[in-house]
Amino acid sequence: MKTRFILAAAAFVAAAPALAQVSVDGAWLRETAPGARTGAGYGLVVNAGSAEDRLLGGSTPVAARLEVHSMTMDGGIMRMRPVTGGLAIPAGGRVALKPGGYHLMLIGLKQPLRRGTVVPVTLDFARAGLLKLSLRVESIDHGRESPHAGH
Amino acid sequence: MPAIDRGLRRLRLWLWAVVALVAAALAAATLGLWPRGVDGGDDPAADYASTFGGPFSLVDPQGRRVTDATLKGKPFALFFGFTHCPDVCPTTLQSMARLRRKLGADGDRFSIVFVSVDPARDTPKEIGHYLTMFGTPIIGLTGTPAELARIVKAYHVYYQKVPIEGGDYVVDHTATVFLMDAQGRFFSTLAYEEGETARLAKLRRLVQR
Repeated sequence: MKTRFILAAAAFVAAAPALAQVSVDGAWLRETAPGARTGAGYGLVVNAGSAEDRLLGGSTPVAARLEVHSMTMDGGIMRMRPVTGGLAIPAGGRVALKPGGYHLMLIGLKQPLRRGTVVPVTLDFARAGLLKLSLRVESIDHGRESPHAGH
Repeated sequence: MPAIDRGLRRLRLWLWAVVALVAAALAAATLGLWPRGVDGGDDPAADYASTFGGPFSLVDPQGRRVTDATLKGKPFALFFGFTHCPDVCPTTLQSMARLRRKLGADGDRFSIVFVSVDPARDTPKEIGHYLTMFGTPIIGLTGTPAELARIVKAYHVYYQKVPIEGGDYVVDHTATVFLMDAQGRFFSTLAYEEGETARLAKLRRLVQR
């Protein structure tokens, strides 16, 4: 009984430090065309904790759903897929969501994303729980390495 | 015994001749066709290159018919996608808009053409709205599944609807930009991963032909 309590306490203590240890740097949403029904968001997910976390998805008032998707190029063919089981963010590591790679996919936009506006987004992490963010809507060109040379 | 030896030697010579022939054929295919046809863009008459492009008939956002004949007289850059594609499509179209600006006075010497391969969701009008975002004229086209099948076949393009959760779907598709000359003949391609300097150089050669 005592052992079990200690184990439970240890598990709690082990889990606790992961809370608030996940952050997203430079997060932004890409502006969309009038009438657009999907949008994309990007940013650098940083896990300062000592355990792996997983970005499961999230929500935003401006869209019906928010999912994490991957984009891969394979022989000139673009394939976009929901990341199943969450996107792993290694302990002490970081994963970039960026154009041409992983991104937040906003499905069923209720309004177009207008440049300069700020949109509340809540991300759901397996360990850290909910992370509330305010994402700025940037121009289509934002975040792209320009002049894009040296790729 | 010596007879068998001679036989073996002759067989070995034959085999080496076959190896040499195969190597020569491979070298010809690699050096002769691939770089000229796909990347070099210097010889649009190359056999492989000439298989890209061909007749098509689609509809623009104003409901006008646009065919391969409509586009003739000006080179064009052709990209296939869908407006619900939040990442690679806007990134590519924005890159084309930026390259056009970089070409300066030559920027309007080629057309940018976007063909939606998602006719179920992308109406011509919606495609028109979508394209206003890029700040440069882009010809947005779509058509019936049969009309799309024709251009997709002409450009050897792949696209495939993939269902995702919630009854939604995404569309896998070829993300290559096809550069066609003023006669509608294949000139070169721009790959998604390619650097902007290389893309700009190809476009410059296209418009200065």
